[in-house]
Amino acid sequence: MTDATTAPRVRPPASVVGPWAWLRANLFKSWLSTATTLVLVYLIGRGLLGLIDWGFVNAVWGVPYNAQGVPDTASCHAAKGQGACWAIIADKYRLILFGRFPFDEQWRPAVAVVLFIALYVFSAIKGVWRKGIDSPLLRTAAAIAVVTVLATNVVGWLGGILGLPTVLGDILHLIDIVARYASGVLLLFVWPAIGVWVVVLSAIFVLMAGGVYGLSPVAVDSWGGLPITLILATFGLAFAFPLSILVALGRRSTQMPAVKMICVLYVELIRGVPLISVLFMASVMFPLFMPPGVNVDKLLRAQIAVILFAAAYLAEVVRGGLQALPKGQAEAADALGMTYWQKTGLIVLPQALRLVIPPLVNTFIGFFKDTSLVLIIGLFDLLTMGKIALSDPPWQAFPTEVYIVLALIYISFCFAMSKYSRGLERELNQARGR
Amino acid sequence: MSVTSSDPRIAGARAAPKRGIRFSWSDPLFRAIIWQIVIVGIVVGIGWYLVHNTMQNLAARRIATGFDFLDRVAGIPIGESMIAYDSSVHTYGRALVIGVLNTLQVSVVGIILATIIGTLVGIGRLSSNWLLARLTAFYVEVIRDIPLLLQLLFWYTMLQGLPPPRQAWSIGDTAFLSNRGIKLPLLEWQTAYGFALLGLAAGIAATIWWSRRASRVQEQTGVRPSVWPVAIGGMVVLPLAIWALFGAPLVLDIPALRGFNFQGGGTISPEFSALLIGLVTYTAGFIAEIVRSGIQAVPNGQWEAARALGLRHGVILRQIILPQALRVIIPPMTSQYLNLTKNSSLAVAIGFQDIVSIANTTLNQTGQAIEVIAIIMAVYLTISLSISLFMNWYNARIALVER
Amino acid sequence: MNETATAPSPGRAAGLSTGKPIIEMDKVNKWFGALHVLRDITLSIAEGERVVICGPSGSGKSTLIRCINRLESHQEGRIIVDGTELTDDLRSLDTIRRDVGMVFQSFNLFPHLTILENCTLAPIWVRKMPKAEAEALAMRFLERVRIPEQAKKYPGQLSGGQQQRVAIARSLCMRPRVMLFDEPTSALDPEMIKEVLDTMIGLAESGMTMICVTHEMGFARQVADRVVFMDRGEVVESGTPDRMFGAPETDRLKMFLSQILRGH
Repeated sequence: MTDATTAPRVRPPASVVGPWAWLRANLFKSWLSTATTLVLVYLIGRGLLGLIDWGFVNAVWGVPYNAQGVPDTASCHAAKGQGACWAIIADKYRLILFGRFPFDEQWRPAVAVVLFIALYVFSAIKGVWRKGIDSPLLRTAAAIAVVTVLATNVVGWLGGILGLPTVLGDILHLIDIVARYASGVLLLFVWPAIGVWVVVLSAIFVLMAGGVYGLSPVAVDSWGGLPITLILATFGLAFAFPLSILVALGRRSTQMPAVKMICVLYVELIRGVPLISVLFMASVMFPLFMPPGVNVDKLLRAQIAVILFAAAYLAEVVRGGLQALPKGQAEAADALGMTYWQKTGLIVLPQALRLVIPPLVNTFIGFFKDTSLVLIIGLFDLLTMGKIALSDPPWQAFPTEVYIVLALIYISFCFAMSKYSRGLERELNQARGR
Repeated sequence: MSVTSSDPRIAGARAAPKRGIRFSWSDPLFRAIIWQIVIVGIVVGIGWYLVHNTMQNLAARRIATGFDFLDRVAGIPIGESMIAYDSSVHTYGRALVIGVLNTLQVSVVGIILATIIGTLVGIGRLSSNWLLARLTAFYVEVIRDIPLLLQLLFWYTMLQGLPPPRQAWSIGDTAFLSNRGIKLPLLEWQTAYGFALLGLAAGIAATIWWSRRASRVQEQTGVRPSVWPVAIGGMVVLPLAIWALFGAPLVLDIPALRGFNFQGGGTISPEFSALLIGLVTYTAGFIAEIVRSGIQAVPNGQWEAARALGLRHGVILRQIILPQALRVIIPPMTSQYLNLTKNSSLAVAIGFQDIVSIANTTLNQTGQAIEVIAIIMAVYLTISLSISLFMNWYNARIALVER
Repeated sequence: MNETATAPSPGRAAGLSTGKPIIEMDKVNKWFGALHVLRDITLSIAEGERVVICGPSGSGKSTLIRCINRLESHQEGRIIVDGTELTDDLRSLDTIRRDVGMVFQSFNLFPHLTILENCTLAPIWVRKMPKAEAEALAMRFLERVRIPEQAKKYPGQLSGGQQQRVAIARSLCMRPRVMLFDEPTSALDPEMIKEVLDTMIGLAESGMTMICVTHEMGFARQVADRVVFMDRGEVVESGTPDRMFGAPETDRLKMFLSQILRGH
């Protein structure tokens, strides 16, 4: 290092640095490279010019409406082939984004979408996943609250089947609500990031469903568009992730062959079949699984399918992390006298999960895209709403425009996430290289 | 490990005694067994509960379970089929078989094309040409960020936007591209082709034999005889010669416009094309990344070491780089092949009649939900299992031996 | 610690004194599948005794000490540590793991925890010690291995020798009665071996019972009360270091020593 500063500075010749040298090295290195460059410049140039002509110069941005509010798309039809008809987006964007949610209440799904994005951004901030206040008392209280919520819901559900007295049901409901708030607040202290997830997801649910705080109730059937896509993907991840950890641990179990077999069967069965068939199963067979008289709405059924599907894939990702951990770590924990759950919770999982964040994000991107498959079972997600917008007679001839806008929405979400995961991966590699 | 090994530590060794179990909570074996009973019990309990409900529901709806419906006449119109099919005669069973064949067809063609395009794009990403590297990177990024279903819908719309048969784009009046699909001339089968194919098979066998011999000769003498003359002679010249011997027969069934549609020739339907284009472009994006990282995973030191040994570029690539890169590439490639096959089920959204689409129609007509979904799952599990078995076998063959 | 390294150690004489046995192994056999890795090992180690186990690679010496804290389980024979027989019983396992500390060849520090957290984790979770107390204890042992100033750093920021010293401190925080060392210096650069050996010598002088798998013959001569030579899963020969290195009886030990010496 010191040599470089004391040695007389000689500028490298222009053939090594500078824009000309860069061009020669990267575009005109050989005759083959030069030919490639020329062909590509021509093709890209033509493509770009055509795209600008179609998308901007010759595009139709708006159309007149007649007295009945029916658009007159003659100008769009005239421009077809030469220019895009963005008027369809101007006309239909609310329908595509928010579905059939009551028009005047559409600020609610809009806020929900913003909350989702904020939640993603928050989760990506470094350090937010650290544990909060280190107090055994708070920890225990939070655990009790969470278990209570689960227990009241399970009991309530069973009660619904078995026919529990109403008074008991009311008491359960009261306990449930108190425990929900308590678990949210306590988790915020004990494990802030998890607490934020619980609180934000609850807030989103309340916003969408309404019925409390003066929000008018909106039936799940009228939800649609982007919120459905985000709900399916995010709730899917939130519930599939814990399940996947258990499955991955089960699959690596050496002492419990029966449990291992169940986990292997589950993972391989789900991964061996397409998501479509799992969704079909949820939409067609799920009603058969339920006791007579119990109806589970379509969204929840699809959500359960997505969770079961996602958990199998995530389990394999988590298992990859568990396998990547050197055996010495578990041995050292054993030698210190830790129990299985201490070893797993304090030593193995914190390291294994950190290793698998990048593939985890990539898997999540996959689910985010895959939620579009609910179109096939007739759920109103973003893509379905796009198709519904296209079924309006005046606009039927302009699917390309709608598909492009939908693609841009998906790309912006996926690109942001994959960029984040690549950044993390680079960091991890550097840390490992050190 | 065989017990009759010659390891001195084993010679005359006793076998390990078996360990018993104590019925105490502090015996890990006992504890594991109790846990397993509990967990298996819960799983079986849930399963029993679901089955119990299902039986009740089926009884209430008067749906008879069983696979008898497979023998009933289907009445499902099927557009394209590799085997003979008449909706008024043939059964659900046959319709489902056609669905499986269609799935296999699009998957096999898709896997081959996606591998070729993906590999090219992956190599393009490593190109020293900046423009090519950026362009392929852009392609990979964008294609992977758009849901496949959206891409399929897009391609299907594009193909439907093609001109009708009367204004079809044609290539020399033999092949036509219209919104009814691609019309291609078909070769009419001649006896000569059979012999030419036999010649080709012989040529392939000869090439394999010669290449093995070349390796042996190389081991003994150090000089490797050229393989390519035998390869060209056996696989190109020989079949062509046989064909010429029979008088080089060539009869084409050329499609021709009759009324509103084409007659004769072979058809690639717009549904099949859209599905194929979508699957291939989408999967190629993922394969490109796999190929790129596979090549990059081979450390630069391997190139340098091989060059320092004086090996030529082609030998380095074939003997040093590719075998190592393949090892990294194969496992993720397997899952991409599986993904492509599973993704072909999206055909149902654009009306290509694969197994899911035909099964779905069957389900709607017969109401046999459980049986039909079981069939779908069984079909895909079989395909998935076959692909992973094959790829595992291949992977094991080329695996690096480590201690 | 140079002076202690060269001076004859006072603890050594104490170690030779008639301590009652803390580890007793009686006809211990172990198999890996069909491979018979430990054969009729009978060994008794007194409290305060320092034993060095040596032997060619694959001789079963690592397996032997891994059996003592049951990282590996033996299939035949008896191992009794501090009055507790090692069985499949989890209660006995808990006791043993608390009483027996282990230092690994590859350190096995937890990379996601700071040095201090590495040391306090087990006392807090296994010994149920209050956090403040555990931290005070950890700092005391980190001072003893002479790296208290690194307490807030992460293992990745330390040199190999420092990491191994932290690993020793981490084990000591559980207040073990026996310490096992599995080739603690094999993964270290030559210049770092000495600092780790010095720490181990210091520990030996404090009267700790130590069983050490190592090839460091200098260390063995200086601190060991007894050297055990293993080959092919058997104890071939054992005795004081002077006797073993000076007048080896068996051919196998002679050959091993000649190979070791040639290596140096």
